[in-house]
Amino acid sequence: MQPLHKVRLTVNGQIFERQVEPRLLLSDFLRHELSLTGTHVGCEHGVCGACTVLLDGQPVRSCLLLAVQSDGHELMTVEGLAASPDDLHPLQQAFWEKHGLQCGFCTAGIMMTLLPFLAEHEQPAEHEIRHALSGNICRCTGYQHIVDAVLHAARPS
Amino acid sequence: MKPAPFAYHAPESVDQAIELLGEAAADAKLLAGGQSLVPAMNFRILQPSVLIDLNRIAALDYIEPSDDGGLRLGAMTRQSAVERSALVAERVPLLHQAMPLIAHPQIRNRGTIGGSLAHADPAAELPVAAVAADASFVIRQNGSERTVPADEFFQGMFTTALGPQDLLVEIRWPGSPPRSGWAFQEVARRSGDYAMAGVAVRLTVNEAGECQQARLVYLNVGDGPTTAPQAAEMLVGQRHSSELVAEAADKAAADEIFPFGNLHASPEYQRHLARVLTVRALNAAWGQAAAI
Repeated sequence: MQPLHKVRLTVNGQIFERQVEPRLLLSDFLRHELSLTGTHVGCEHGVCGACTVLLDGQPVRSCLLLAVQSDGHELMTVEGLAASPDDLHPLQQAFWEKHGLQCGFCTAGIMMTLLPFLAEHEQPAEHEIRHALSGNICRCTGYQHIVDAVLHAARPS
Repeated sequence: MKPAPFAYHAPESVDQAIELLGEAAADAKLLAGGQSLVPAMNFRILQPSVLIDLNRIAALDYIEPSDDGGLRLGAMTRQSAVERSALVAERVPLLHQAMPLIAHPQIRNRGTIGGSLAHADPAAELPVAAVAADASFVIRQNGSERTVPADEFFQGMFTTALGPQDLLVEIRWPGSPPRSGWAFQEVARRSGDYAMAGVAVRLTVNEAGECQQARLVYLNVGDGPTTAPQAAEMLVGQRHSSELVAEAADKAAADEIFPFGNLHASPEYQRHLARVLTVRALNAAWGQAAAI
């Protein structure tokens, strides 16, 4: 086995410190070391978007990052969205109301992609939403209800 | 689908990185954005025994104006930063046009300008933009530095002038003469996919609207950025007309590109796309140049 490297990072506001092999992918680190299995692994080459998390506020592919690279950084995963199971994030609530998921495998990655998008685009047009989601593949929904959910989440309150 | 074991280093300076490269040489790969390297390692297509992570070298991340009206970009500058830069939009419009076409936003948040150029994928936008814009590449190795122009930098499929001990540190993008226009056009099956074909056009006109110089560089129709100097030559000294533009597009598509075809497009379709995109790009660039 190779020498282990220290990684100390913040995930959803909580600090974690572990010793890992350098080849351990961030996606696997989150799921296996930290038991945060909300982040899903689809293709492991960056095209499906299921593994998308926020690194220092920016959506990135966790399957294309080594865990050691996240040392000293702040991550947000889908587990960081809801305050509690009874208190969903407005985006989650909108997906619930508009049937924006079926199997849910792509959903976490879509959520993490949408968070900064909605922060930057308060009233997105449908084509802007579809473009923003072009890096996330969904096998179940045909995307229409996902778009509906985003429009619903972004509606003026 | 997991990488093979490797020794990992994360130097914090260029000098440290070069020293590590010098020691490990052919056994090492440099990790920039990782958006092409890590997939290859996940598939075990690549199994470097040493990985030198450049992401802790803050000194390689910059967008600086240069005196010729152009820009100097540090090799580790994130593609998303280049995309959002007002300085890039103003000084190197062709680069600004190319950025949103690269993959997806999530990829561009980690991908770097230097990494994409060093990787030299024939389907990538940045190498084509670099050749079209006459960019130059600053390369450092132990004790020396050299600057290589874009048309010498790209040497074939995934092959550049970078040797095993070289570190790409900066890419220089010249400013454009007055009365210049630029266009970058490509077509992909789905937004963010590798384009089936694409073209970057840069041209300059005189006060009478006559073309003074033109550059046509194609994407994914050869083993790297593919230039069409004969088509470009047809335009020099001429005023814009749809017949001229169509002739130049026909010439480039028929004689100056070498599409292989792939899963998404036959070579004939790639040629067709190249022809159509050339017309659109020439019209856009010429209109912009003449309008100033």
